[in-house]
Order: sequence, then C-alpha cells, then structure tokens
Amino acid sequence: MTALDMWTYGVVGATFALYIGIAIWARAGTTGEFYVAGGGVHPVANGMATAADWMSAASFISMAGLIAFNGYGASVFLMGWTGGYVLLALLLAPYLRKFGKFTVPEFIGDRYYSQAARIVAVICLILASITYVIGQMKGIGVAFSRFLEVPYDMGLYIGMGIVAIYAVAGGMKGITYTQIAQYVVLIFAYTVPAIFISLNLTGNPVPQLGLGSGYVEDGVASGLTLLDKLDLVVTELGFKEYTTQVMGSSLNMFVYTLSLMIGTAGLPHVIIRFFTVPKVRDARYSAGWALVFIALLYTTAPAVGAMARLNLMDTIQIGPVGAEDGNLLYDERPDWFKKWEETGLLQYEDKNGDGRIQYYNDANPEFAPKAESFGWKGNEMVKVDRDIMVLANPEIASLPAWVIALVVAGGLAAALSTAAGLLLAISSSISHDLLKGVIAKNISEKAELTAGRLSMIVAILVAGYLGLNPPGFAAGTVAIAFGLAASSIFPVLMMGIFAKRMNKAGAIAGMIAGITVTLLYVFQHKGIFFVPGTAFLMPEMGMGEDWFFGISPNAFGAVGALVNFTVAYLVSAVTAPPPEHIQHLVEDVRVPGGAGAPTGH
Amino acid sequence: MTPENRAGYWRANLGLLSILLIVWFIVSYGFGILLVEPLNAIKLGGYPLGFWFAQQGSIYVFLVLIFVYATSMNKLDKKFEVEED
Repeated sequence: MTALDMWTYGVVGATFALYIGIAIWARAGTTGEFYVAGGGVHPVANGMATAADWMSAASFISMAGLIAFNGYGASVFLMGWTGGYVLLALLLAPYLRKFGKFTVPEFIGDRYYSQAARIVAVICLILASITYVIGQMKGIGVAFSRFLEVPYDMGLYIGMGIVAIYAVAGGMKGITYTQIAQYVVLIFAYTVPAIFISLNLTGNPVPQLGLGSGYVEDGVASGLTLLDKLDLVVTELGFKEYTTQVMGSSLNMFVYTLSLMIGTAGLPHVIIRFFTVPKVRDARYSAGWALVFIALLYTTAPAVGAMARLNLMDTIQIGPVGAEDGNLLYDERPDWFKKWEETGLLQYEDKNGDGRIQYYNDANPEFAPKAESFGWKGNEMVKVDRDIMVLANPEIASLPAWVIALVVAGGLAAALSTAAGLLLAISSSISHDLLKGVIAKNISEKAELTAGRLSMIVAILVAGYLGLNPPGFAAGTVAIAFGLAASSIFPVLMMGIFAKRMNKAGAIAGMIAGITVTLLYVFQHKGIFFVPGTAFLMPEMGMGEDWFFGISPNAFGAVGALVNFTVAYLVSAVTAPPPEHIQHLVEDVRVPGGAGAPTGH
Repeated sequence: MTPENRAGYWRANLGLLSILLIVWFIVSYGFGILLVEPLNAIKLGGYPLGFWFAQQGSIYVFLVLIFVYATSMNKLDKKFEVEED
C-alpha cells in the first residue's frame, strides 16, 4: 500500500465515521423530523446544507472540466446554476415556507384543490429526481474504484450503505447535519488545491483574483495575463480562443442558461430544504446563505478550469509549437499521466511515429497546413476525459498526497450529500403524498414514519440498481432532470403564488404540456426513452440536428417552461376560476405573518 | 389586516421584485451573453469585462440581490405590520 492509498483510506474512512456518528446523534422520532428536520434549522446552517445538497458530483468533478474545455462557453453552467437561487429566493422559497407543509406536491395538490394535480406533480418529481440520482450513484462508484482500487460495484454498495444508515435513520434531520459536515469537507477539498495552483501560476493565493492576474513563469512575471497566455497557448495549437469560444450560439447559451436557472429553482430536493427553517424571514436569508456557500465553489471553478487547461497544455507542449523538441517525449511523461492512462480516461496514440506527443486541434482546417508542415499526422491525445481535470489537478501540480486524498473525500461528500437529498424528496413524495395523501389517509404518524423509512430503502435500492445497470443514458441524465423540473414544477409553483386566477385545469394542462414538449424534443435527439436507434429526427420536415433555432436538447427546458405557462393561461382563461377559499389561501401565502411550524395536515 | 393594506404590501413586493429581476437579467443575460463582445474590449485587471461578468461578476451580483431582497422585505413586513412574532 502506497502513502497515497493510506492517506486516502484514512481521510475517506474518517469522513464516513463522522457521517455515521451524526446519524446516530440525529435520529428522527416524528414525521416532522423525518420530512423537515422539525422545522427548526438555523438559516445559516440550512444554507450550508442546501449548498451541499445542491452541489453534486457534477459540480464538484465535472464542472471545472467543462470550463477547461469550453472556456467562456461554460459560463452557462456558472450563471445557470447560481442565478436560479435568485428566482428561488424571490419567487418561491418564502411563500412555500409560509404555506408550511412537508412536500412540493402537497402544495400543488392544495393550491389547485386537486388530487390529480398532486399525483401529476409526484410523477414529475420522481422522474426528475431518479434521473438525477443515477448520476450521483455513478460518481460514488467511480470515485471508489479509481482511488481505493476496489471494484466499481463494491464502491457503489459501500456508498449505498452509508447513505442508508444516515438517511433512513435520521430522515431530513440526519441528512441536514451530515450535509453540513459534507459541505465543509467538499469546500476544503475544492479550494485547497486551487489555492496552491493559483499561487504557482500567478503568485496570487486567491483563485478568483489569480485568474485575472499576470502569468508567472518559473518564478518570473511573464508580462502576460494568465488569460492572455491561455488564449495564446490554445490558439497556437488550433483550438478556439478560450475567453471567447461560445457553446452552440449566443441564442443557445441564452436559452441554456435560462433552462438551468428555472430548473434549479424547480428542483424539489432544493425547495424542501427551505421548509426546514423556522420562519418566512429565515427562508429569504437562507437562500442568500446557500448562494454564499455555493459561490465559494462556483467562483473558484473558473480558475480551476483555466489553470488545469494551461497546466495540461504546458505539460505536453514543452517548447515552441512546431520546433522539433517542442513536444514531450512519450517516454518522459509524468506519473499522473501513466496513472490516468491505466483507467482509459487518457489515451495516446503515436500517429506520426516520432515518440513525442502532439496535442492539437486536428479538426481545424485552418491549422491543418501548419500541422502538416510540422510533420504532425493528427491529434495524438485521442482521449482526454473532461472529468479527470479536478481529480488529476493536484497531481498535475505535484501537490502532496494528503491533498489528493482530500479531493477524493470531497468528491464522495458531494455525491453522497446530493444523493441523500434526492432520496428524501423521493421517499417523502411516496410516503406522504401518495400513501398518506391518496391511498391510506387514516394511517397513524408512526405508520407513516415507518412507510417513509421503507420507501427510502426502496429508493436507495432502485438508485443502486440503476447505478449498476445504467440505462445507457447516464451522461444525459442530469440535464434531463433540469429540463423536467423547469418545464413542469417551477411554472405551476410560481403561478400558484403570483396568479390568483390560475385554476386546476390550467395547472394540470400546463404541467403535462410542458413536460411532454421537453421530453419529445429530448427523445427526438437521444431516442425514445433513450433507447439507441429510436431517435426520430425528420430532416425532410426541416427537423435536423438541433432544428429548433439551434437549441440543444439539454437547453430545451426553458422552452418547455414557456409552453407550460402559455397552455396554463389559455386553459385557465376558458375554465371556471378557483373557488373562493383557494383565493384566500393565495392571499394568505403572500404575507408572512402567522407561519407556524410545518404540518402534514 | 385590511384588504387595502394587503394589496399595498403585495404591490410594494412586486415593485421590488421587478427591479431586482431586471438587474438579475442585465448582469447575466445582458452583460454576460448579449453584450459580451463589446464589454470584452474593456479590461478589469487581467479579465476581459464581459468574460468576468459571465464567470464571476454575475454570481457576486446574484448574492447582493438576494440579501437586498431579504433586508428590504424585512422592512416592508414591519411597515405593513405583517412580520412574524
């Protein structure tokens, strides 16, 4: 066992022991504790838990890689996944807290005086949450298998076991306090390497400032800013300029950002976190605190992405472009390179047989004549997986073993905390909305609590099964979850508060229309229920790739939301207005006074 | 609470919301996406300004917006006497 292995086992083991310790301390005794942690969580603590709940394996592991290879284009994720909190804080959280119930479908069912609306909401919620949780399960399995050298499925079982212990026993109460611990672990794990790397490259320890500072080469100021240097390095090799490359088109970026923002505000596992604070006032501040804790990572990520890209390019292109000895000899590649090659996530192929590594953009026709004159026969880094950037970063920058171990624990914390939040949203919608709300209205609180625990266990088993046998669409799943939340849940919640005239028929029609349009567009590109080969783009009808104004399927949630709003308004305009007591309910939700503790009745 | 009072409180809330959401839109969609090219001609330290808004600035503004909202609503709650005990 190497020193790195020992550090990794030690750090990961210690964090797991901490999570289990918290679980034993914070057992849930009532449904109120199981669903909303008793409603007494301090707004700052809830903000921290929300941040961990929100930041998944995608934020922790994948986002910096997306930024590294998409440059400016990746701004859609940065703005989309933070700007949604403004919508949440201003348009939803305080009012839903005032309403004071346990789940999101419960609000929809009561506000639209309809069991059908509640059931449609439960279906949308489960679809969005299950697709999201698969990605987390995969993240757990991958982190284990790469760093602890246990098989993927063993890693997944360990992860499922840990979540089961604290989520089943503690419910929302246990999840809240573990999420606080997980936030601390993940933010350290993310920022410590970033500080080291920023110091290395710019002499400025604050990554947010380092990204805008001068580039320091071998201890000497180069006279170039870091971003200018990066632009230069990538364009010299035929890649797009880092600070200006767009994702698709400006319109696609606009719609993509909007979809992520609306989706963020409509994801039920985030919304229910705001049911745990004591007052309406706390819900408003708590959204702000959540964004403070999220912004710590999200403003660091652009620096991590840019610096990782620069380090990667510099490792391979060691001298002037085109010079005979300008490229790294394959035999002299660093250890981290070898290690990632073993996983298959980095792949090299010596196309021109010179024993050196050429990493450039061979899809750029303008660069092709140059490459030919250098004797290059194509890009030899045939695979550079984006997801390795954060995990490999400390090794690329030659940081000590404990930092690498910390990053592994951070990745696991991010995946576990989000998985637990999602599983709670799923189980509460089953035990509270379906069982208590529809099927068996008269069950006792104790029976409901048991049902909540049982549905949590079932949800963990289903998520684990899908993590072991991903239905071939794992890559697209997170984006689908956002599309579903944006096109179904957010619009009905917002109209429920801001449009007093919105009625049952409008809400149900809107949800169904929004989710259908979004799913159809996604299926059209990625296959019906993601079955390969069933994509049904029809070029003869002008429906080629991204045919709808060049909008990619991942960015389609905003269009779905627009459809939802429009259909809901049209249908509600021609049907009867909601009964008077519902209009009073809306009036009541709009003012903070008299919000009691959340109840299930 | 009288119906007039209730309507006044809601109007004040909607007014505040509109202003904050306009700022939200301008910094992200305006500065970060639609106007990014002209803004990039201006430098903020080593950052092109449009790029900075897209990857840093908009997030800082979002934070300010939420806290301004929470604080202003507290004052509004007191003014209309609808605050919680």
